[in-house]
Amino acid sequence: MALPQDLVREFDELVKNYPEKRAALILALHRCQETMGGWISPDIMEDLAAYFALEPVEVYGVASFYPMFRLRPVGKHVVSICHNISCDLRGAQDVIAQVCKLTGAPLHGTSQDGKWTVATVECAGACANAPMFDLDGVYHEDLDAEKIAKILGAVK
Amino acid sequence: MKAFDTYLLDRAKQDGAHKLESYRKLGGYKGLEKVLKTGLTPAAVIDEVKKSNLRGRGGAGFPTGLKWSFMPDPAKDPRPRYLAINADESEPGTCKDRVLMERDPHGLVEGSLIAAYAIRAQAVYIYVRGEYRLSHDRVRDAILEARAAKLVGKNILGSDFSCEIYMHKGAGAYICGEETGLMESLEGKRGHPRPKPPFPAMSGLWGQPTTVNNVETVFNAPFIIERGGAWLAGIGTKGSSGNFLCGISGHVNKPGVYELPFGVTAKEIIEDKAGGIWKGRKLKAWFPGGSSCALLTGKDVDVVLDHDSLKARGSSLGTAAMIMIDDSTSIARVMEIIARFYDHESCGQCSQCREGTQWLAQIFRRIAHGKGQPDDIDTLDALAKGMAPGKTICALSDAAAIPTLSAVRLFKDELMECVRKQRDPLAVKQPEYAVAGGHH
Repeated sequence: MALPQDLVREFDELVKNYPEKRAALILALHRCQETMGGWISPDIMEDLAAYFALEPVEVYGVASFYPMFRLRPVGKHVVSICHNISCDLRGAQDVIAQVCKLTGAPLHGTSQDGKWTVATVECAGACANAPMFDLDGVYHEDLDAEKIAKILGAVK
Repeated sequence: MKAFDTYLLDRAKQDGAHKLESYRKLGGYKGLEKVLKTGLTPAAVIDEVKKSNLRGRGGAGFPTGLKWSFMPDPAKDPRPRYLAINADESEPGTCKDRVLMERDPHGLVEGSLIAAYAIRAQAVYIYVRGEYRLSHDRVRDAILEARAAKLVGKNILGSDFSCEIYMHKGAGAYICGEETGLMESLEGKRGHPRPKPPFPAMSGLWGQPTTVNNVETVFNAPFIIERGGAWLAGIGTKGSSGNFLCGISGHVNKPGVYELPFGVTAKEIIEDKAGGIWKGRKLKAWFPGGSSCALLTGKDVDVVLDHDSLKARGSSLGTAAMIMIDDSTSIARVMEIIARFYDHESCGQCSQCREGTQWLAQIFRRIAHGKGQPDDIDTLDALAKGMAPGKTICALSDAAAIPTLSAVRLFKDELMECVRKQRDPLAVKQPEYAVAGGHH
């Protein structure tokens, strides 16, 4: 496998922003995850290692350090629910239970139809609008049962 | 609450202020123009900021002008030098920088340029936490607009000052908000904090002189330049000048991010801004500045919000993120979550932190779930005292130990009762859901 040409071109521009090429690794991991199936496969890590002239284990070491990088396949849509203190004080556990129920996915798992992955995340910085979840990269805040049903119901 | 003037959120309250045209109409880029067109030297900019007594808004409260003055003299040290903006806002309870970046991103761009001018940096890296996509995109677009208007890049506004601004993204690790962890992450590595010394001003990004400033900190710079250091120094209290952004969350009627002058009391913020404690309940405990501060009790709401007053109460201002906890809430439950968080986020380099956070999390968890052991409270106390202060490379270990020590000191009887009864009398029945085995 090789990285798609348009990504390579994008990375070639990106690395110019830094005195050392490697600095763009985390941004490159983000772009791969965004454009290549929602997770970082071992193949992608090998390709990135080749691009950045690093050992694959170096790329794995970085990818596995950062919670936003997923090292296993995920569903078509990912719901990341904050379960830190400000959200917990305003009902994060109820949000988790409702999202799991509506999507059919267990927490930290994927629904059988492959449509949904549900996970908890630590404080997402939406504390004054708790509780919240991030659905495919978009914040949804001030959640209640009705709002959650509406948001998830609108997802194709 | 006495009437006061605002400045931090004035533009953010206007629709469309994130666009350059609106920003300029609202007085934007006047500070940068003043610096570049009236021939203010970098030293004069630093002096003005020193005069203002501005202190960092990222948690540690270090004097900003002093930090800038640590950068070596370029005549003697011609190495490239950098400004890194810490927009990795991740301290639980903290959600203020996001408001500035989403709604007033040019304010950050202008503030960054003034800071870069003062420390003579050729490049600024804005490190935004990966989850803050809208913040990232708004600041990125602001930089593009500013570059097109010759406000970023070569010979800014026709002066001999050139500076690039680059966006950089984190990927969900709290430790990257620690300035040396942030630099490692910016270099494309795991966010493992570096031992200090060497300090960033001598050896930071890629071994070069570097200053790391929080978003809200540099956001103050254009106002200081335009209105003068004495103006900011005249707002607030002795030792804490200016207005600050206070995020208040948890059990209040109107959580939010409010602009306030230092010197207001917690009670005024809770009642006049946040609409009081919700559901007619009483305040049991609160964190004044994010979850790494010592807890205070409901009786402490007479305290003035500033660095010295909170220190005198045994806590700290931190990021001024007030997390409010009502009297129906279990402290064991609160601490179970806080301890879990620091355990999750410890980078693992230092054994006190790697092992300590893990034990704190386990012990608070078993206390909250009715499985506490007779000497658990003493163990928590001993563990936390072994983790801090200043025993590790960075302050994450302290961040876990400080709330633990405060919980054990203030709520010992409540925690002991959970152990004695082998159940938490204040526990709320939580809803059930399936959890997949083993997750990343």
